[in-house]
Amino acid sequence: MDEKPPKATRREFATCAAAAAAGFLLTACGPRRLHEVPPERLQRLVREMEREYSAKYGQDVTVSDAGPMPGVLFGYALDISRCIGCRRCVYACVEENNQSRDPQVQWIRVLQMEKERGIDFEHANPYYEPSEVPEDGHFYVPVQCQHCRNAPCTKVCPTGATWTEKDGIVVVDYDWCIGCRCCMSACPYGARQFNWRQPSIPEGDLNASTHYLGNRPRPRGVVEKCTFCIQRVRAGRYPACVEVCPVGARKFGNLLDPDSEIRYIIEHKRVMTLKRELNTMPKFFYFYGT
Amino acid sequence: MTFVRQFSHFAVSSARAAVTGSPAYWAWMVFLLVLVAIGAFAYAEQLRHGLGVTALRDQVSWGFYIGNFTFMVGVAAAAVIVVIPAYIYHWKPIREIVIFGELLAVSALVTCLLLVMVDIGRPERFWHLIPLVGYLNVPSSLLAWDVIVLNLYFAVNLVVVLHILYREFCGRPYVRSLVVPLVLFSIPMAISTHTVTAFLYNGVAARPYWNSSILAPQFLASAFSSGPAILIIVLQLLRRFTRFEIRNEALWKIGELMAYAVFLNLFLHGAEAFKEYYSNTEHLLHTRYWFQGLDGHRALVPYAWSAVALNFLALVLLIIPKTRMNLVTLNIGCVATYIGCYIEKGMGLILPGFTPSTLGEIYEYAATSVEVRVALGVYAVGALVFTAQLKVAVMILLGELRLEPRPEGTRADVPASPALPASGPNAHV
Repeated sequence: MDEKPPKATRREFATCAAAAAAGFLLTACGPRRLHEVPPERLQRLVREMEREYSAKYGQDVTVSDAGPMPGVLFGYALDISRCIGCRRCVYACVEENNQSRDPQVQWIRVLQMEKERGIDFEHANPYYEPSEVPEDGHFYVPVQCQHCRNAPCTKVCPTGATWTEKDGIVVVDYDWCIGCRCCMSACPYGARQFNWRQPSIPEGDLNASTHYLGNRPRPRGVVEKCTFCIQRVRAGRYPACVEVCPVGARKFGNLLDPDSEIRYIIEHKRVMTLKRELNTMPKFFYFYGT
Repeated sequence: MTFVRQFSHFAVSSARAAVTGSPAYWAWMVFLLVLVAIGAFAYAEQLRHGLGVTALRDQVSWGFYIGNFTFMVGVAAAAVIVVIPAYIYHWKPIREIVIFGELLAVSALVTCLLLVMVDIGRPERFWHLIPLVGYLNVPSSLLAWDVIVLNLYFAVNLVVVLHILYREFCGRPYVRSLVVPLVLFSIPMAISTHTVTAFLYNGVAARPYWNSSILAPQFLASAFSSGPAILIIVLQLLRRFTRFEIRNEALWKIGELMAYAVFLNLFLHGAEAFKEYYSNTEHLLHTRYWFQGLDGHRALVPYAWSAVALNFLALVLLIIPKTRMNLVTLNIGCVATYIGCYIEKGMGLILPGFTPSTLGEIYEYAATSVEVRVALGVYAVGALVFTAQLKVAVMILLGELRLEPRPEGTRADVPASPALPASGPNAHV
């Protein structure tokens, strides 16, 4: 094969060059992970999303691209002794974050537990349906994304479609997720939901104030999860579940601010995290306030 | 270029050989094509409505597809068990069989990759996994590693098979300096594909049923049981339907190696069951769900015990020389191994891992008809690929498919290759 005619070499070179050019074009202009797009490109993408969603839902949809604020690391605390298991947080979250109504997708799962057993997932019941809560002998543990500092879900993603933002929020890029569901096996808290069917929101029910890493409408076949209401908290507001809680069991704030309520709770109450032994280091704390 | 001309000739003749054959061959191929069509229709339904047409839900997010994938990765690793003795110990009768092991690996890998494709929610985005164009999350994601090792293993096997057949087609011996290193390389490759697939589950601390360091060795043991099982059967079919000669000693040798693997597999399972039941922690729930059922959810229990029974039966039949060297009992042993490993490694690994869920919920998964049809279609594609490859390979190795007359100038282009000892794949023909 050492007498190769030069023509073939040239052809090979041309093929390689064409392939390289195509690769470069795809990389430069094609869809990209939202994790790594430059700010100008992100702005264009966000405007495109706004046009698409506005046309589709007949509402004036805004898609924020607000980034993390410097010096902010979000944390959450939930007072188990106050929670009455009313599930208002579940439905406030669905409305705020545009989860699918049919089929139902919910980011918060409230577990009813027996006081005798303490926190024991084996005997927890997420499907309790009494006419009134709380029920005697029971207490309630709402579970949602724990925004782990050592997140097992982001580690396993083969395409890097989920990551932790600088302010500690674990997010999903719905345009990059391939729907392999590795993150769902990896999550110890059942906090990730998959769009098994086309998500649907009745006309007019869309929360038009969205964020590109949060509550913008999701397609079928991708994973979604709690984002601490990224569209709200990056604009200085509380998450919807914190606002709606009728008993004030939900607390939220900046872990880096020594004067914040969340820091007060961590320093003065007996806080704990779920499944400590897994070393996931959640930024979602549970405590007994009374 | 002579090479291009010859190779295209090779490709065309091979394709032509694959679509011509006896009525029995055609009946088999049409049967497979019908299955492929059934699978394609079911997959179209899944594409239209989403993965909601499967029984998968947030509680059990992997099921039939991924279970079958895991099992088939093991079958793909089977090439190794015949390669090791053939190339390391120069054990002669097995050597001509190596190529069939590799063909099996190639087809099994096609099946594996398709099973993953049908499982993902956005198959059109698969290119997100391609480095540079997309983004492959290495080193942290085990699935990313799995993509790499499976494709590499696929490429290595394909190159070896194509090279041997192409050279044979041209009437020239294969290039030892290419084949031997590649075949030797494929041994650690096969082990690593299966290890990485085991790590995919093993590394998940959230699922105690998988999070056991015994998982990777146990994966290898069950792969070295089920892969050769299928090979022993295929080789017998081959010598019945073609003039290809395969000696009984080769089958018995594979059977013997299988017996060790089956024993090891059962031993490792026993060790795991002991640890779970004796320590009796909350992690025992998953094992109990598999062997005893939980709160009246007992759908998997019959499968669990039939897998145990089949694996024990296989061990007995394969370990006793008399039954191993009897083709009837050998075949019963192979079928028992195959089904036993299929149950225990497919559904038996995936479903108890998810049940109860991380928040303690029991969702009893049972594959829907769509899932079964899609998986059947994928298996049919694998079988189609395997049959066609086998047909062509046998014809070439038997000298029925040759490049003739030899084009001018071929000799001048080809560097002299060293003469082979009389045990190449074509030696006895």
